[in-house]
Amino acid sequence: MRMKLAATAAMALAAMPLSASAEGEVNIYSYRQAYLLEPLLNAFEKETGIETNVVFAKQGLAERLEREGRNSPADVVMTVDISRINELVERDLVQGVDSDVLNSNIPDNLRHPEGKWFALTTRGRLIFTSKERVEEGEITTYEELADDKWNDRICTRSGKHPYNIALFSSLIAHHGEEWTEQWLQDVKDNLARKPQGGDRDQIKAIAEGVCDISIGNSYYYGNMLQDENQRPIAEQVRLVFPNADGRGTHVNISGISLTKSAPNKDNAVKLMEFLSSPEAQRIYAEANTEYPANPEVKPSGLVAEWGEINPDQLSLQTIADNREAAVKLVDRVDYDGE
Amino acid sequence: MTQAVTAADPGLSQPLLAKRASRRWIISATLITAIVALPVLSVIFLAFFPEENIWPHLIDTTLPRYLWTTIQLMVGVGAITLVIGLSTAWAVTMCEFPGRKFFEWAMLLPFAVPAYVIAYVYTSLLDYAGPVQRTLRDWFGWENAADYWFPEIRSLEGATLMIGLVLYPYVYLLARAAFLEQSPSLFAVSRSLGHSALSTFFRVVLPIARPAVAVGLSLVLMETLNDFGTVDFFAVQTLTAGLFDTWMNLGNLGGAAQIATTMLVFVVILVTLERYSRRRQQQYAARDNRDPIRRFTMSFPRQLICVAVCAIPFLLGFVVPAGTLGLYAWEYFEESWNPDFIQNTLNSLLLSSAAALTTLMIGVILAYSRRLHNTRGMQILMRLSSLGYAMPGAVLAVGVIVPLAGFDNWLDRLMRDTFGVSTGLLLSGTAFALVFAYTVRFLAVSAGSVESALQKVTPSMDMASRSLGHTPGKTLVNVHLPMLRGTLLTAALVVFVDCMKELPATLILRPFNFETLATYVYQFASDERLFHSALPSLIIVLAGIVPIILMSRSISNTRSIA
Repeated sequence: MRMKLAATAAMALAAMPLSASAEGEVNIYSYRQAYLLEPLLNAFEKETGIETNVVFAKQGLAERLEREGRNSPADVVMTVDISRINELVERDLVQGVDSDVLNSNIPDNLRHPEGKWFALTTRGRLIFTSKERVEEGEITTYEELADDKWNDRICTRSGKHPYNIALFSSLIAHHGEEWTEQWLQDVKDNLARKPQGGDRDQIKAIAEGVCDISIGNSYYYGNMLQDENQRPIAEQVRLVFPNADGRGTHVNISGISLTKSAPNKDNAVKLMEFLSSPEAQRIYAEANTEYPANPEVKPSGLVAEWGEINPDQLSLQTIADNREAAVKLVDRVDYDGE
Repeated sequence: MTQAVTAADPGLSQPLLAKRASRRWIISATLITAIVALPVLSVIFLAFFPEENIWPHLIDTTLPRYLWTTIQLMVGVGAITLVIGLSTAWAVTMCEFPGRKFFEWAMLLPFAVPAYVIAYVYTSLLDYAGPVQRTLRDWFGWENAADYWFPEIRSLEGATLMIGLVLYPYVYLLARAAFLEQSPSLFAVSRSLGHSALSTFFRVVLPIARPAVAVGLSLVLMETLNDFGTVDFFAVQTLTAGLFDTWMNLGNLGGAAQIATTMLVFVVILVTLERYSRRRQQQYAARDNRDPIRRFTMSFPRQLICVAVCAIPFLLGFVVPAGTLGLYAWEYFEESWNPDFIQNTLNSLLLSSAAALTTLMIGVILAYSRRLHNTRGMQILMRLSSLGYAMPGAVLAVGVIVPLAGFDNWLDRLMRDTFGVSTGLLLSGTAFALVFAYTVRFLAVSAGSVESALQKVTPSMDMASRSLGHTPGKTLVNVHLPMLRGTLLTAALVVFVDCMKELPATLILRPFNFETLATYVYQFASDERLFHSALPSLIIVLAGIVPIILMSRSISNTRSIA
C-alpha cells in the first residue's frame, strides 16, 4: 500500500511542469506578484504568441540566478525597487540591451546607460495628511516631517522597508549623511506609534485618529480608492506631493533586466519592448495606478486628478549607491525600536 | 533501502551475517545524513564569505534588542504551548467529560492554520477598523483611537499568542501519545502511595512523558525561532528580522548566513542541554495495551473546567480564524474564485505526500540505525540530519540551491566536455528540489518522533528477535514497525501538514508557473490584499483537517479504552 502510494506520488511529480526552453517562450523571475503581471503577460501572449513563464519570490531569486549560472532558464528579472535592480548589475547577472524601441520609449533617466535595466513604471513616495486635523498646505516637504509640531502625529511602516530606504537614500544625496541622521532621529521622535504594517495601514491609522500624517507610495492610495470597502478610509486623507515646488518628489521604479544567460534572448527583448509600449504602459497605469515610464502614456484618470507629479531628477543610481548608508542609519537611530 | 539489508546470504553464519547487515545500516545512515546535511553545510560555508564584517555594526546597534526579543518570544511561546498542550492532552486522556471524544481530535485542528494566516485574521479582527473595536466604540460612544485603550495586536505579546495558538498541537500530540502509552498501573501505584492526582502528574506521568514532550517543545521553539511571516507582519524584531535585513537590505548573504549559523548553534546548545539533563534516565514502558485506561469520573463543575480548558484554545486557534476566513471568502468569492485552485491544491497535496513519505522513510532508517549502534558517532549523525529545521526557510532554500545547481552545472560541464551534450539543469527548479528542501527541513519532525517512540521499546524485544535469527532489517519490519504504526502515521501526517503550510522555500525553489496553496495566498497577502487571500487560506486549513483527523484516530487506536 505504502509503496503504491509512493509510486503514484513519484509519477505525478515527474509529470509536473519542468523548466523548459523550447522555442516560443520567455522565462521571468519576478520580485513582483504574478497576478499583477497577468494582464500584461496575457496581452503579450495574445500579440506575439510567445508563452510566458513566471516564478515570483521576494527573496532569493538573485541567488538562484547566480547559482544556476550559464544554465539558468531565466531570461528576464522584474523588480520593484532600484536597489534590487542595481544589485543584479553589481553582481554581473544581467546584460545590456540596445534596442531602439526601448531607447525611444523609456527616457534616459529611467534606464541604465548601457541598457542593463529599464524602468517600466514610477511611483511617488507621498505624504498623506488627515483632511480633518491638518490644514491644506501645512506640510509641503519631506524636510518638514522633522518639525516639532508633528510630535506624536506621524505613522510610517518599518524604516527598513526598501521604499523608505530609497527615500532616506535620496535625502542623504541631497543633504548628506549627518543631516539625514538628525532628520531621521527627529522624525522618529514624532512617531505616534512604533513603525509597523504596510503603507495602506498608515492611511488607515490616519482615518482611525492614531496619527495625522503618513508616508506612502502613490498606488497604494489609488488602489484603496478603487476598492469599495477601503474607499471611505482613503477619502479621509489628503495627498501631498512633497517638495513639488522645489527639487521634486522622490520616486522609485519598477523595472526589468535581461539576464546574462538568457536562453530566449530574442523573445525576452520582445517582451521588454512590449512592456514599454503604449499598450502595456496603459495597462500598468490603469490596473495598478502607477505612473507609466513611457512619457507618451498619461496616468490613469484617477491618478491625473491628484495633479501633476514633479519627480525629483536625482539619478536612481545615486539612490542605489546610498542604500547601505541609509540602512545603517536606520539602525543607528533605532528607527523601528520602541 | 530496507529490502537491501534484509536479503539473506545463505553462505554466511548468523552472527557474521548480522554484523554485515548492521554495517549496511551504518553506511546508509551516514550517506543519507551526508546528503540531507548538504544545504545546512552550504549555509555554514557561505558564512565564511561575508561582503563585510556585519557584527561590529550589529552589536553597536540592533543586536541586543534582536536577541532580547527573540528570547522573550521563545520563552512566551514555549510557556503557552506547554500549558495548553499538556493540560488538554491530560484532560482528554484521563478525564471523562462531555465532548471529550470530539476534543480528542479537535485540539489538533489549529495545527492546520499557518501562523502567518492566523496573524492576518486576528489583525483584521482586532485592529481599529475591525469588528471588535468598532462594536466597543458603538457601545461606549468613543470617537477615535485617542479616546480609549485597546491592546495592540501587532506586538511581541500578540505574536507570542498567535504562534503559541497554532503550535501547541505539537506538544499536545506528542504528550497525548505518551500519556496513552503509559501503563495505568504506574498511576494507580502512585495514588495508592498517597500522592494526589496532581502530584502524581508532576512526579510520575510527566517525567515518563518527558522525552516526547521535549521533542514537541523543541519543534515548537525551532519553528518560533525561524518564523519570519508573523514577526515581520507584527513588526516584532527577532534575530530572523536582523538576518533578512542583512541579506536583503545590506546585500550581505554571507553575513546573513553567519546569523543563521549563530541561531543554529543556539538551537544545538538548547537541545543538548535538555538531553544532558536527562542523560541518566532510561525509560522503557512495558506496553500493555490490554490494560485499559480508567478515566476519572468528575463532579459537574470539574467537568465544566475540563470543557473550558479544551474549548478555549480550540475556539481561539481554529474556530475564530477558520470562521473569519469563511466569511471573507464568502464576501469576496467572485474576485477570489479561480480555476487554478484545483491545480494548486493538487500541487500542494502531491508535494506534501511525497515529502512526508520520503521524510518518514529516512527518519526510520536514521532512528533505527542509531538504535542498532548507539554510539556517539550515530548520535552526531542524528543531530546533524535534523539541523534543517532550525534554519529559516528562505536561508535553507539558498542552501538547497547551492549544492543542487552546483551538481547540475558540474554534470553539464562534464557531459559537454566528454560528449558535447548539454544536460542543463536537471534538479534545480524542479519539483525534486522542493521535495528535497521539505525533507531537509522537516526530517527533524519525523526522525525525532520515531526516535522517541523507538526508545520506549524495550531492547529485550530486539534481543528476542535477533536471537531467533532475524537480521536487524527483519526485526525492524516484523517487530518495530508494527508496534510503532501509530507513531509512524502521526510523524508522516505532521510532516504532511507542515509541508502544506511551507512558504519561503517553496517560493524560491519552485518551477515556473507553479503555485502551491501557500504561495498563492502569499502573493495577495504580501500585496496587502488580505481579503483576496481568504479563500485559498481557507482551503489550506481545510486540506489540513483530513490528515489531522486520521492522525487522531490512529493515536486513539493504539489503546483500547474502557
